Amino acid sequence: MARVTSLDVNNRQYSLDVDADATLLSALRDQLDLTGTKYGCGEGECAACTVLIDGNPRHSCRTRVGDVGKRKITTIEGLEKNGELHPVQQAFLDVDAMQCAYCTSGMILGAVAMLERNATPSEAEIVEYMNGHICRCGAYQRITEAIQLAATRMQEKV
Amino acid sequence: MSGKNMNEAALEVERYEARALPLHYFALDRRSFMKSIGGGIAILLIAKETLGFQESGRGGGFMREEMPRAIDAWLHIDPDGHVTVFTGKVEIGQNIRTSLSQTVADELHVELDEIEMVMGDTQLTPFDMGTFGSRSTPQMGTELRRVSYAAREVLVGLAAKGWNANAADLVAENGKVMDPSSNRSATYAELAQGQLLAQDIPAEDPVTPATEWKIAGKPIHKIGARDFVTGKHKYTPDLKRPGMLYGKVVRPIAFGATLTSADLRAAKAMPGVVAVQDGDFIGVAAPDELTAERAAAAVKAEWKTVPQSSSGELFTYLKEHVDEDPQEENRFRQTKGSVEQALSSAAHCVDATYTIAYIAHCPLEPRAALAEWNGDKLTVWTETQRPFGVRQELTEAFHLPEEKVHVMVPDMGAAYGGKHSGECAVEAARIAQAAGKPVHLFWTREEEFTWAYFRPAGVIEIKAGVSADGTLQAWEFHNYNSGAAAIATMYEVPNQLTEFHPVKAPLRQGSYRSLAAAANHFARESHMDDLAHACGMDPLEFRMKNLQHPRLRAVYEAAAQQFGWSGRRKTEGHGFGIAGGIEKGGHIATFAEIAVDSSSREIQIVRVVQAFDCGAIMNPDGLKNSIAGAITMGIGGALYEAIEFDNGRILNPHFAQYRVPRFKDEPKIEVVLVNRKDQPSFGAGETPIVGLAPAVGNAIFDATGMRLRSMPMLRDGKLPAKT
Ligand code: FES
Ligand code: FES
Repeated sequence: MARVTSLDVNNRQYSLDVDADATLLSALRDQLDLTGTKYGCGEGECAACTVLIDGNPRHSCRTRVGDVGKRKITTIEGLEKNGELHPVQQAFLDVDAMQCAYCTSGMILGAVAMLERNATPSEAEIVEYMNGHICRCGAYQRITEAIQLAATRMQEKV
Repeated sequence: MSGKNMNEAALEVERYEARALPLHYFALDRRSFMKSIGGGIAILLIAKETLGFQESGRGGGFMREEMPRAIDAWLHIDPDGHVTVFTGKVEIGQNIRTSLSQTVADELHVELDEIEMVMGDTQLTPFDMGTFGSRSTPQMGTELRRVSYAAREVLVGLAAKGWNANAADLVAENGKVMDPSSNRSATYAELAQGQLLAQDIPAEDPVTPATEWKIAGKPIHKIGARDFVTGKHKYTPDLKRPGMLYGKVVRPIAFGATLTSADLRAAKAMPGVVAVQDGDFIGVAAPDELTAERAAAAVKAEWKTVPQSSSGELFTYLKEHVDEDPQEENRFRQTKGSVEQALSSAAHCVDATYTIAYIAHCPLEPRAALAEWNGDKLTVWTETQRPFGVRQELTEAFHLPEEKVHVMVPDMGAAYGGKHSGECAVEAARIAQAAGKPVHLFWTREEEFTWAYFRPAGVIEIKAGVSADGTLQAWEFHNYNSGAAAIATMYEVPNQLTEFHPVKAPLRQGSYRSLAAAANHFARESHMDDLAHACGMDPLEFRMKNLQHPRLRAVYEAAAQQFGWSGRRKTEGHGFGIAGGIEKGGHIATFAEIAVDSSSREIQIVRVVQAFDCGAIMNPDGLKNSIAGAITMGIGGALYEAIEFDNGRILNPHFAQYRVPRFKDEPKIEVVLVNRKDQPSFGAGETPIVGLAPAVGNAIFDATGMRLRSMPMLRDGKLPAKT
């Protein structure tokens, strides 16, 4: 059986030994102990497991680890730089855009990917882009506000 | 009035006292107890009564008798001045870790970040019935306030003794006791140094009124939120133990199926795999998840099924399977005057039946547990609203005394009333026992949809009559199966008959956010709308005419003003609706605007204004967050969510087939908080869900003239062709 022995996660080269048929989600969580990425459905329906692969948001629950190759993976653990939170993380904190926070990692990575494509999204564009993410606690309005806040701050910095 | 209110019945203390168990956590003498926790000052709150507030939802077989024990909460100030609060409540996203910390900081006069909350740990925290029924704020909040107050008194007393001063002349502020006359001061740490002091206090001690709160009542964000935005927080599925295996359960093919044969050889032959069969239970474990899945698939099991009903015939089934001999706590019947006579003389009568589908909680984090045996001692980390209930399930399943079982509950990925039970913990422990290693078991989404329990389905029948001037004359209300929470009308009606009919239910059912209050409010408030329409009155005016309850009137008025009810303008395809209610100390009025797309027949909820009064507010920001969440969750049950089942199988156990509210479904939500500092604080995790469905249904009626009497109201996301 094919094995995967290395992964590039958060700008770091990890060695591991995992069946190529395993999901990226389980490789990250179980082998690399990067448990910030969450399982919510395993079916590509909730986006709790979102990671960035070469900057593109992907459902890690539906990604075969054997298909990742040398591509660069970013997880929630990789957003903080030198002790400074990513503006999206900071905005989630400032708006308190969470309740149980189980959806938060996936939401933040989804938002980071969106803002890289569209730095000044309208509310309708946020709703459209983020619609694949489920927050069962229903914090959608605050999450949208947090993304808007992050967008504004990131614009100011540019 | 005859009959008994269910909540009153549940509060009867005798039922618990008769079987009260001896204390065992603090049965050791105080000195050794204090030594065991390393000295300092401990304040233990002795429960006044049993506070055995049992939920009114009927359990799916897992609600067992439990005895509240004498200590409800305790607080410890260690010799370094660290404050640790111990409560058996758990954090499920309702953010009581934050609001309870606020309470303690407020009353103890220390900064918020000085406080550590230890929650839901059966070895460290006092017994607790569970985190449900919106009891954490009124009960635990008040108790922690008393404990904190007593702790402050003790500290002041110690300072007074040391300084030979009069305690009444000293002030406690910012973690210090000060003597203004001499300018002496001592930190709490200095005062706790060298102490070995345990004091218990009665539950009636006084507390600071809400008007004088300093930290409580403030908008404080989720404590520890940084760990959540960085992915550091460890939920149960994120925990690891040395040598841990990943478990998997081989599920029966239908509810109630029994195992006729099982061949585990192929699974056991796989490297590193453990497989166990015990009665009808089959579990496997492997060093990694994929191998565990493969091992489970390699098990050959034959099952014998029994014929069962289906969702297609659900409502007839419920009517035909009334439990004629329910337990006392499941009875509810209340009468007043004569409904029959009043109906015969009423100017307008409305008679209708409402139906409520089974729905699933679907917390985003499915059930998970990590179980580890050390000899005959069992340690389990799991998500549950009832850590002590799960401990009991484990002691029963494994025939262990309580002290051999330790249950810990990390802050979890929500529950909504859906995690009262310990199935996953028991399963993980059984596999771990066979494996001789720690086992992690994580339910899949499909398992969570299938093997957890559901919000009860129901049938509600109402007959009502009004006089020509719009005064309610008669009200007859029958609820089959969904439950008795908030079943009695809050409007003034001289002739009433209200009855709850328990049913031998076709699916495993249990608590859900607000229990049956959502169903009962849906039926009642839809019916009120019909009655207003029958007598040609504005829906708000009609309600106010028949309503005396001042706090409910106040939230109606507040919501009406914010919404602009009297100035609303009808436009094509838009409709406006209102609903209100009272439950668990919360008073709510919900006003909604919806838009109908005439070609697609889809509904968009455009705007929701909700006014809410739950007494003195602990944390206005957290409260708004929670209310908006409840409104959003309410959209699912109102419009889309329904469990479909047939012959013991769930037909739609995936998010692709079971639509939960998403970003696009979210209306603009405006929350109006009515802060009643003169009233005790009540919880807010549940009641804010009850107004949405009827308000939206009434708005749909306003827009289309269609009266939708089922929850969910839509079929495949669209308005039905006819009602
Ligand atoms: S867990 Fe991957 S989409 Fe839900
Ligand atoms: S905060 Fe609980 S699922 Fe989003």
